[in-house]
Amino acid sequence: METINTDVAIVGAGGAGLRAAIAVAEANPSLKVALISKVYPMRSHTVAAEGGAAGVIKDNDDFEHHFHDTVAGGDWLCDQDAVDLFIHEAPRELMRIEHWGCPWSREPDGHVAVRPFGGMKIERTWYAADKTGFHLLHTLFQTSMKYTSIERFDEYYSTDLVVVDGRCHGVTAIEMRTGRVRFFRSKAVIIATGGAGRVFPFTTNGAIKTGDGMAMAYRAGVPLKDMEFVQYHPTGLPGTGILITEGSRGEGGILVNKDGYRYLQDYDLGPPDPWPRKKAMELGPRDRLSQAFWHEQQKGRTISTDSGPVVHLDLRHLGEAKINERLPMVRELSQSYIGVDPVYEPIPVQPVVHYTMGGIDTDIDSATCVDGLFAAGECACVSINGANRLGSNSLTELLVFGARAGEGAAKIAANGDAGLDGEAQDVAETAEAQVLALFRRNGGAESVSGLRRDMNEAMEAGAGIYRSEDSLKTCTGNMQEIRERYANVVLTDKSNVFNTDLIEALELGSMIDVAAAMACSAMQRKESRGSHQRLDYPERDDDTYLRHSLAHYSSTSLPAVKYRDVTITRSQPAERVYGGAQE
Amino acid sequence: MSERMIELEVLRYDPEQDEAPRFQTYTVPYREDWVVLDAINYVKDELDRTLSYRWSCHMAVCGSCGMLIDGEPALSCHTFLRDCPDKIRIEPLQNFPVERDLVVVMDDFMDKLESVKPYVVPKEEKNIDDGEYLQTPAELARYKQYTACINCLLCYSACPQYALNDSFVGPAALAIAHRYNLDSRDVGRSARDDVVASNPGIWECSFVGACSEVCPKSVDPAAAIQQTKIASTADYFMKFLMPWKRK
Repeated sequence: METINTDVAIVGAGGAGLRAAIAVAEANPSLKVALISKVYPMRSHTVAAEGGAAGVIKDNDDFEHHFHDTVAGGDWLCDQDAVDLFIHEAPRELMRIEHWGCPWSREPDGHVAVRPFGGMKIERTWYAADKTGFHLLHTLFQTSMKYTSIERFDEYYSTDLVVVDGRCHGVTAIEMRTGRVRFFRSKAVIIATGGAGRVFPFTTNGAIKTGDGMAMAYRAGVPLKDMEFVQYHPTGLPGTGILITEGSRGEGGILVNKDGYRYLQDYDLGPPDPWPRKKAMELGPRDRLSQAFWHEQQKGRTISTDSGPVVHLDLRHLGEAKINERLPMVRELSQSYIGVDPVYEPIPVQPVVHYTMGGIDTDIDSATCVDGLFAAGECACVSINGANRLGSNSLTELLVFGARAGEGAAKIAANGDAGLDGEAQDVAETAEAQVLALFRRNGGAESVSGLRRDMNEAMEAGAGIYRSEDSLKTCTGNMQEIRERYANVVLTDKSNVFNTDLIEALELGSMIDVAAAMACSAMQRKESRGSHQRLDYPERDDDTYLRHSLAHYSSTSLPAVKYRDVTITRSQPAERVYGGAQE
Repeated sequence: MSERMIELEVLRYDPEQDEAPRFQTYTVPYREDWVVLDAINYVKDELDRTLSYRWSCHMAVCGSCGMLIDGEPALSCHTFLRDCPDKIRIEPLQNFPVERDLVVVMDDFMDKLESVKPYVVPKEEKNIDDGEYLQTPAELARYKQYTACINCLLCYSACPQYALNDSFVGPAALAIAHRYNLDSRDVGRSARDDVVASNPGIWECSFVGACSEVCPKSVDPAAAIQQTKIASTADYFMKFLMPWKRK
């Protein structure tokens, strides 16, 4: 097996991975960075983020507001020291991206413009029309080309972390062009592989978001934190799940049911007028909006379509000029994919899996419990998002914590060699052997696509917007069975060259591990908080569950779920209030 | 009622097994709301696990899934079955080596993108704490269109000059160079000129405009190249008229 020696190996080249790579390069240009990704950087799913990135910058805003919005939005499951650090770093990171050329939308006087977003008391979301993630990703990617110490390994699929005695020595990856496994031997590794929305059948997430990095860290002994918290975005296009940005409500869009009624006023988010106003109605947090949809559906007040029940997102009153200026992609996506021009008709929308609040357990320095191993972005759980992420905090998060991961890794890598060559090589070779065993396996009964469909259905049925003991028992049982069936997955494709049957099989293995962690963590949390709603335990229970869940991997059984206290510094848990009650 | 079916005629090539590319035909169901990528995914999931292609976002922004669809470069996630005939020919993007099936080798583009210095070269480094570079909406509008490139490579596949001469820097990379040249925060134009204002750069373009026709994001690389030519020509004459003036 070929070994590639480097100082810092970064797995994933989306927003967090690129930011981390640049941070290493700036901290210490003598360090070699291997930027490893299963896709070319500009294909990473950061590209699909639309609405914007939150950071306090305007005179009418202050850090306390961003802090309290985030903590309350997360239903007090956020670690408050992490939130404090995050909100203070946020404007600096966004400013850095401005200096690097991001085409932020502007005020007439040339200052960066901000827009309102759900759950935010003051407008503080920086935006580049409704293609913010796209511009952020391309700005980072193109800027990364300045740094000669960053070497890209595009289309390398990472399979395993190489950990010996609690210290990370690198990562193994398949070069997709040749099918060969390489050992990237490094002094530090940063995981930045994004979320795992593809665990569910209906998601805004691209095909690549299969939780590979989460699963790698998990198998290497790092717990997955708060995995029961999965965000449904309230406004996806029916059929495809394509995201219609929250920015469309930030600009004044409204949600109505089949009677043309702004139903959110029935769910402690009203009164509806005057509109728009912050932290009310359509600018409530995503968990509450998606849950309100579910209740409308129960009441028979949604609209039936071939693609399931929908409600209407009405932008018509904004007018064509504003829609074109602020929401051009929303108009284009809606026209192309469902034949609806929002200038003239309301857009049918339904809740869709969007974001994993949980992830690799990290501290505020993006470090994990394995020495030399860091994680940042959606794959990580610091946690600033708690039980429900506020829209526009995630793009900022990947910058803030991507940079910290890079700086931390640079420090470790500068401190010299990790040693243990022989043992590390053995671990890497074991990882290679496992890939080859899957590749060569004959006579199994399971196909990747069939088993993946069963996993998707089990998760949707058992661990969706509303959950119960029964649904989760079935779900965890199904996941255990699916895991056993995975041992019989057999590949049809036996080519070494760009073998996507093999890659999809490995991705499925990651998703099954991640899905099991979600289901088991959800079953054990007998309360309702943020995005985790239990029909059998409808109340929040701070006495027992004001804690992070930590799912620990087992190769033979479902994970053991343990708990750790949440860090509370100055905001004691209280009722989450939106709409008239908070004004 | 029997289900309506359509045929996909897909170019297959595995360098380990095939001496030459071949076509394989798949019969898939027709759905009114499907894009070509959905039909290809149906093949992959239901009919043939060996078919290789790239895709991710399914919303025309990641740029992965460019292919030739009935001979035209297009994003397969943005081409609807309802706009296609009942037999659709699908091939990899032309003007690139085929790695396997519908996957092309795109190293050349990545090198060219890097060669045009696609990043802000500031007049002087500004401290983060000193705030943003002011940029009015009008200044933003000057270059905004050229920021929309998703690097899907349809323009390279459509470009007759790139087909003849692969040293041509090409439409997307030149449009991105132009984007930075027009950005009020940037003074890197002269540093980019070595590559951009050279023979394999803008002067190779014969202004057929095929790039702009196939661009799924209306970037209009042809216009970017023509504007760069005009600016570059002006520079050339200014050198004689006002030799004391640099850039």
